[in-house]
Amino acid sequence: MTTTSADPVTFEDALERYDPVMGMEVHVELNTASKMFCGCSTVFGADPNTQVCPVCLGLPGALPVVNARAIESAIKIGLALNCSIAPWCRFARKNYFYPDMPKNFQTSQYDEPIAYSGWTEIEVDGVSYRIEIERAHMEEDTGKSLHVGGATGRIHGASHSLVDYNRAGIPLIEIVTKPIEGTGAKSPEVARAYVAHLRELVLGLGVSDVRMEQGSMRCDVNLSLRPIGVTTLGTRSETKNVNSLRSVERAVRHEIGRHAAVLDGGNRIVQETRHWHEDTGVTTAGREKSDAEDYRYFPEPDLVPVAPSREWVEALRAQLPEPPSLHRARLQADWAFSDLEMRDVAGAGAMNLVAETVAAGAAPQAAKKWWLSELARYANEHDIAIDDVPMSPEQVAQVQGLLDAGRINDKLARQVFDGVLAGEGTPEEVVARRGLEVVSDDSALGDAVDRAIEANPDVAAKIAAGKHAAAGALIGAVMKEMRGRADAGRVRELILARLG
Amino acid sequence: MTDLTRLTAAALADAFAAREVSAVEATQAHLDRIAAVDSDVHAFLHVDVDGALATARAVDDARAGGTAVHPLAGVPIAVKDLLATNGLPTTCGSKILQGWIPPYDATVVARLKVAGLPILGKTNMDEFAMGSSTEHSAYGPTRNPWDLGRIPGGSGGGSAAAVAAYETPLAVGTDTGGSIRQPGAVTGTVGVKPTYGGVSRYGLVALASSLDQAGPVTRTVLDAALLHQLIGGHDPLDSTSIDSPVPAVVEATRRADVSGMRIGVIAELGGEGYQPGVRARFDDVVALLSKAGADVVEVSCPSFDYALAAYYLILPSEASSNLAKFDAMRYGLRVAPDGVEVPSAEEVMSASRAAGFGDEVKRRIILGTYALSSGYYDAYYGSAQKVRTLIARDFDAAFEEVDVLVSPTAPTTAFRFGDKLDDPLAMYLNDIATIPANLAGVPGLSVPSGLADEDGLPVGVQLLAPALAEDRLYNVAAAIEAMLAEQWGGPLLAQAPELEVRT
Repeated sequence: MTTTSADPVTFEDALERYDPVMGMEVHVELNTASKMFCGCSTVFGADPNTQVCPVCLGLPGALPVVNARAIESAIKIGLALNCSIAPWCRFARKNYFYPDMPKNFQTSQYDEPIAYSGWTEIEVDGVSYRIEIERAHMEEDTGKSLHVGGATGRIHGASHSLVDYNRAGIPLIEIVTKPIEGTGAKSPEVARAYVAHLRELVLGLGVSDVRMEQGSMRCDVNLSLRPIGVTTLGTRSETKNVNSLRSVERAVRHEIGRHAAVLDGGNRIVQETRHWHEDTGVTTAGREKSDAEDYRYFPEPDLVPVAPSREWVEALRAQLPEPPSLHRARLQADWAFSDLEMRDVAGAGAMNLVAETVAAGAAPQAAKKWWLSELARYANEHDIAIDDVPMSPEQVAQVQGLLDAGRINDKLARQVFDGVLAGEGTPEEVVARRGLEVVSDDSALGDAVDRAIEANPDVAAKIAAGKHAAAGALIGAVMKEMRGRADAGRVRELILARLG
Repeated sequence: MTDLTRLTAAALADAFAAREVSAVEATQAHLDRIAAVDSDVHAFLHVDVDGALATARAVDDARAGGTAVHPLAGVPIAVKDLLATNGLPTTCGSKILQGWIPPYDATVVARLKVAGLPILGKTNMDEFAMGSSTEHSAYGPTRNPWDLGRIPGGSGGGSAAAVAAYETPLAVGTDTGGSIRQPGAVTGTVGVKPTYGGVSRYGLVALASSLDQAGPVTRTVLDAALLHQLIGGHDPLDSTSIDSPVPAVVEATRRADVSGMRIGVIAELGGEGYQPGVRARFDDVVALLSKAGADVVEVSCPSFDYALAAYYLILPSEASSNLAKFDAMRYGLRVAPDGVEVPSAEEVMSASRAAGFGDEVKRRIILGTYALSSGYYDAYYGSAQKVRTLIARDFDAAFEEVDVLVSPTAPTTAFRFGDKLDDPLAMYLNDIATIPANLAGVPGLSVPSGLADEDGLPVGVQLLAPALAEDRLYNVAAAIEAMLAEQWGGPLLAQAPELEVRT
């Protein structure tokens, strides 16, 4: 019964005998200014329980009114996923008791989702996978429980709990795939690529910030194994809240191994939710779940049906940005990047950042270089998403502009990045404050060149004898004296003029 | 000096306009009446002396200063305890909301405040509007001013009794299956359930969201029309609110002319199970309408036979979900379970709901939870919704034939306390004639039709019209009221016994 006692099975080993089937459920928090059913603000990070009203607190008598902008966003997401848009649909109540749910029912959609039967295409290692979309439906978020006094922040062992209802009522779109089959050993990467693709797609629509680390995009991974050759589905586990791209990949990989170990031991997979542990890379058992779990859904009588007109839907369709695959193909052509370079940029989640940096005037290669080196490293070291690096694409382009104008060199540029990232101001201000501008003034350089020649008579003699390649050593000495700020080209000219 | 509590709202409004009476005088007179008789009647759960007088003073100041005010400004009113009132307790007749003071006003209440009607207090009701007698109030029943040993109807018995006992000229009730109309019938007062969506539900603590509707409780048809005009109309805070003007109910009331109107007697409502005195007074009214020039025909609505069964699936289903929010986490009663040192949230919820809800509420929560369960949904909730459609079609077909439908409002006059308390089905049957209107969303009005010969207690006649055709109801009701007043030599309530005044 337990999974820990089973002998571990490696991922590769598991795939020799089993065929994984995945199902992805992704929640996207919309970036509407107000909540799904009331006028409260949706801004992230406010003091607890300051963005609440009778409606989202579920006070007796209060009634919901649908946010039209949320419907519009839902339709856009549905269209971008090639879904059919329901000409008429309703909200439903999903009834269950939980302290962070003010009404003890969640206003959601049940058998009448706003968008259904879609598909989207992703690519892994040059191979395309078509992911079938079951549905995309609208619902409201719950509040957030904070369990105090326990070791883990989980409810177990906590002395008491606090609830913040700021999040209650924020509009969510839940996007559910059909079973994803036939992905075999590529399953973890397909899962990751799907979530990354969805993120990019939603970002392109401008309807959500899709920040996984802030919870505005949350991912549940369903996984089951079946012996190779069998067509019926095995029992699935549902790993909740896998909230980074890397974790999606790791969680799938882990679950494949875990399921295989259970099945190999002649045991049965328990249908349950699983908690993902980012630190250890394993899942642990959560709530046991049966198909018969009864939420007593019924149509929400406090709301009227949603009936988007054909004209509205077509107008929204006409406004859709180009699909990410086309968009990417166009960028690749514009930038003259290789497939590998594009994959690197996509993998770093920096496609839009590079595009914006190019739009701000930097050359594509330069834009890519900074985002994938200095800035990716900064994000890594600070454990933040690359979008959250405190430097804008415009500022990156400005640093590159300084480089192109010869006012700084490559080495100094890295110091400019450090300064901007440390909050010392714009690139220009950092250059001024740190005194980073390259010195190309002959009077300042001349003295340093003379001192270098004087200190290195052997080298000077070689140059004088025609070995111009030896000038590097003198240039290095000048650079050292001027703390990297000398214009290397000009220094070389001065040395050769004196000795040549 | 005239006893101000005997004046109608319309008469008080005229007296204010003519500067014969001040709002403070009128309000004080009603507060005094409440103090004198409510220990017997128990129509009020909470009386707001200071708030009511403050509103009255503000209205008097405004009038004195020449500021234009609403014609009803200064006319006191009582509000059923199901409507949220900012700063005033709102219990819904339940222990579970004991001590809860809403931080906001229901839209209806907000409209009363804007218009300057002093709110005397909150009226008693069956817990969460579940009942037909107010015996299910957690704070004790209201007594019928016609006979203090009898029920005043329910769930809005408090509002109806307060009006009948001259404690207020106006009250707001809510009607989910008859909670305005049936109390109206058994107390000899007027009660109106508007078209679903005609009056905002925002701030009305939901019993069954698809059935609930607030409406006027008054002594005269004209007063009902004046109040209806004030509280009705579109509210952006209620998605189910209809965006169209309030029907011209005041004008229709003044018309009071049924000549040439086609009036249908519903064959399915009025036969077996109806008290002889109820049927006799109904027949009298039908004869009067004929005499006044209306074309009276019998109309069949066969699906009405299933209305009660459908209602008792839809209502508990919606109620079971609506009442889930009462979990002791954010407001209201909180009870710690016995013998548990550190109870979990779930244990507190469970203990609080067990202690806070009465038996009838628990009965309906259990019924509704069962009816919505997977595997039963189609057979119960699903089938009930189909019956609902059939009932709406019966109404549609009937209104092809006639302008207004009529029936007795309730099958019996006021019964004695305890008579039906142990027999839920008998209690539910009180609403057999009023429920179809809620299921179809059409408006209904109950107006007094006389006293039953066998017990001398009031009887009401119910009028029904198509959605948003309330003007027809008010027109016919005003005609009936006028013809009967002429017969009786005054309003029916003048025949009620005088209540003992306690000081």
